[in-house]
Amino acid sequence: MIYIRLFLAFAKIGVFGFGGGMAMLPMIYQSAQQFGNISSDEFSNLVGISQVTPGPIAVNAATYVGFCTAGYGGAIAATMGVAVPSFILVTLTCYFINKFKESNVIKGAFVGIRPVTVGLIAAAVIYMGQSVFVDISLIPVLILAATLVLICKFKVSPITIVIGAGVIGALLCG
Amino acid sequence: MTDKLKRLKENMYVQLFLSFFKLGLFTIGGGMAMVPLIQGIVVDEKHWMTEEEAVDCIAVSQGLPGVIAINMATYIGHQKKGIPGAVTATLGVILPSFIIIILIIKILSGIGDNRFVNGALTGIKAAATGLIMFSAYKLGKQVLKGWFQVALALCAFAAIVLLDVNAIWPIVGGIILGLIYTKFRPENKDGGEEK
Repeated sequence: MIYIRLFLAFAKIGVFGFGGGMAMLPMIYQSAQQFGNISSDEFSNLVGISQVTPGPIAVNAATYVGFCTAGYGGAIAATMGVAVPSFILVTLTCYFINKFKESNVIKGAFVGIRPVTVGLIAAAVIYMGQSVFVDISLIPVLILAATLVLICKFKVSPITIVIGAGVIGALLCG
Repeated sequence: MTDKLKRLKENMYVQLFLSFFKLGLFTIGGGMAMVPLIQGIVVDEKHWMTEEEAVDCIAVSQGLPGVIAINMATYIGHQKKGIPGAVTATLGVILPSFIIIILIIKILSGIGDNRFVNGALTGIKAAATGLIMFSAYKLGKQVLKGWFQVALALCAFAAIVLLDVNAIWPIVGGIILGLIYTKFRPENKDGGEEK
């Protein structure tokens, strides 16, 4: 059944999604791919839009994929998929909070998880780039370069950058 | 009537829901941006937790898999009102994204193929790609301190991009290798402290 499939596909993110939204992108992309009607172009639209809309990107993605696949019921099933594993894990951890804080197993696991999340975020760059830079045109490349300069050198807020890029894109890429 | 309204406002569930709804509505840019705001509301404004309890909450939320905002909402809701509190807070933090994304889908499909909208999306995506690059660079600088870390990051990247491996496996592999690595080099406590 489609609702159960959506729930399970997004529950993966709740169980294995370490390191925050950007590191979850490859997992989100792969989950979205299971439901044929989300193209890589749509996926990157979603990631772009999520930079300027509130809320966690995994929730945005679950809602988006769920809704496009099976309407409101699908959106609810996929979003529940993201939330329910967290719910169970956090509730359990509340009872073992002191053990959790001192656990060497968790510390050791993170020695491996952190470098992997760097690789995952780098993979997300490729997924995004595939759809934006299919036909290498000048304006998107310039926007990308400007983004890097603005955020590295001038510490401009990401929200300002993305809104500016949207305006420039509407005027010059349309 | 006003009396009823006042009592409703003081109800813990209503407060949990409203506080987390506001957080969900006003934090743009994901869970990390939400952390200081949650601290502000929970510790300073509402006095639901001490500073120390809030630090525990952040440690658990970042240490567990899943969306950090949902983890924090569940944790705080659970501390205040058990399971029903956790459900209330989590719903509060999720609902704004849920509503906004559905609105955007409706608006975009209503507009259809418009060249300004498509152009804006192209610009937004190019900028988002840059932001993700920067995020990989920033985290990489902090975390990739030795051959072990660099090799893990490269393997994870190659496995996903070149071999199209399910992203679960690099995570599972990282956990196992991290445990083995710390077992054999217990004096080595690096791996990049969380900021």
